[in-house]
Amino acid sequence: MKVTQGTFSFLPELTDRQIAAQVEYCLGKGWAVSIEYTDDPHPRNTYWEMFGMPMFDIRDAAGVMTEVNACRKTFPNHYIKINAFDSSRGRESLRLSFIIGRPAAEPGFSLVREEGPGRSVRYTTRAYATDRPEGERY
Amino acid sequence: MNASPMRDRAVASDEQKRAKTGAARYRPGVLKYAQMGYWSPDYSPAPTDVLALFRITPQDGVEPEEAAAAVAGESSTATWTVVWTDRLTACDRYRAKAYRVDPVPGAPGQYFAYVAYDLDLFEPGSIANLSASVIGNVFGFKPLKALRLEDMRFPPAYVKTFAGPPTGIVVERERLDKFGRPLLGATVKPKLGLSGKNYGRVVYEALKGGLDFTKDDENINSQPFMHWRDRFLYCMEAVNRAQAATGEVKGTYLNVTAGTMEDMYERAEFARELGSVVVMIDLVIGYTAIQSMSRWARRNDMILHLHRAGHSTYTRQKNHGVSFRVISKWMRLAGVDHIHAGTVVGKLEGDPNSVQGFYNVLREGHNPVDLQRGIFFEQEWAGLNGVMPVASGGIHAGQMHQLLHYLGEDVVLQFGGGTIGHPMGIAAGAIANRVALEAMVLARNEGRDIWNEGPQILAAAAKDCAPLKAALDVWGEITFNYASTDTPDFVPTPAVA
Repeated sequence: MKVTQGTFSFLPELTDRQIAAQVEYCLGKGWAVSIEYTDDPHPRNTYWEMFGMPMFDIRDAAGVMTEVNACRKTFPNHYIKINAFDSSRGRESLRLSFIIGRPAAEPGFSLVREEGPGRSVRYTTRAYATDRPEGERY
Repeated sequence: MNASPMRDRAVASDEQKRAKTGAARYRPGVLKYAQMGYWSPDYSPAPTDVLALFRITPQDGVEPEEAAAAVAGESSTATWTVVWTDRLTACDRYRAKAYRVDPVPGAPGQYFAYVAYDLDLFEPGSIANLSASVIGNVFGFKPLKALRLEDMRFPPAYVKTFAGPPTGIVVERERLDKFGRPLLGATVKPKLGLSGKNYGRVVYEALKGGLDFTKDDENINSQPFMHWRDRFLYCMEAVNRAQAATGEVKGTYLNVTAGTMEDMYERAEFARELGSVVVMIDLVIGYTAIQSMSRWARRNDMILHLHRAGHSTYTRQKNHGVSFRVISKWMRLAGVDHIHAGTVVGKLEGDPNSVQGFYNVLREGHNPVDLQRGIFFEQEWAGLNGVMPVASGGIHAGQMHQLLHYLGEDVVLQFGGGTIGHPMGIAAGAIANRVALEAMVLARNEGRDIWNEGPQILAAAAKDCAPLKAALDVWGEITFNYASTDTPDFVPTPAVA
């Protein structure tokens, strides 16, 4: 089950050329590109691990792609995403965020239902992977 | 005692346009509004003034300056005859001032009238007061054939009295963890008649397929065919199933509109208990109710979606009513996170320039004057959150390049029929829309000319996506080409700017 987080998850896996083109676009806008990885794919997991600092001063896609490939090599079985950060007034947030690496097998999530009063149910989305400790999940 | 000032056939003399002063001003009787002080061509608006632009169509024989003065008067302190009690007040301050009148380009008999209101005329943080003040009295005035409130300027001093959108565009994206593309939604169809359980099926299929949101329609409240509690229960089952199936944050706008505020709070509380990220209200609940719900939404970390139900009764005709541009500004102040604001290419009214103007006043932190898009005033939003515009009504995947081009990225694109009517089913409809959108954004970022190459980009994406191919086959040719009733009037020269 493919976790469809990120801007381009419904398209076929992006090639390095396509990824570099997106990075060029972000750098052209003056956004800072960063790389993050995780093995906890829960949709409310806000804080993926940072692979190095946001690259505020790298101005060419080739430099970013070097870091991307380093991350993929180090974490071949994690989710990896590229973020682009816009620090201008009124935004100060991400402008783009897309997954460029994922584990070979994605078991997905179960839906846990806790029956409450009346007909109400309290729901939890639970990733199968996180039944195991960090680092041993994929 | 003057004859009725509104029936003079002769062109008004200078004397009739000049404000009377002293004892002459307060002699009992009827004066022209200009003589009462409401026409002030030498007045320079203060940075703290609230400004309004009216499109006035005076009756035959009524001078435009007098009509403008009458609008200023009847939307501030005046009545139809001199009253001595004015002299118990700092009346010079409370009188609104019509300070400029321009003929509308290409529309003989219509004028743009600029009116300035002192900040003291308004209660802080109340759209009910603002609207009662500016549109509460003057629109039925006999000496005008027609009157439209075109635009308003709010000083930061006034903007700061409002809390504004409880979530805002940036925080909404952060809560959903969705960046870099428009959000996708769909209104559940048919508009009316589905039971709770069947309604939830539509929500589940659409969200699982790939939409971010589904939506109750404006008149889905609580009817014999579906009680609101059953809708909420089944919808949240659907939302959570879809979230677990995709790993994405999903939501459905649960409509909490009801007959009383008490009922609305009850419904909103239940939505919150069930874990919804968003609730929805209709414009027809009224400005005060909207502000109350905004306050509730902030306290409960809830995105607040507003359906602009009923607005076209007064926003659509150019000569009379209130422009949707003004409603957009009022709703941003009142504090909603989403508002339907037009699609340009769909089934409902909205020409490209007007719609982009609406989107700009909703989204931007500062609006420069932009007559081409109907923005008459510079507006500083003083840090108020942006509202996410919603494009909904007769749009389909085949228009994705046009939608992205006209409307940009910070928008919710809603494809109700365009998802649910898909020949391969609802989930397939959602997949088609999501793939079309992502492919178009990818291409745009790569620097491709999506306006001209849009159809090729969609066709290429459809090669790997059977649902998209089917969508294009069914709807690719559908357009809604009618003459717009509400287009901006401007002459692109420095004189008018």
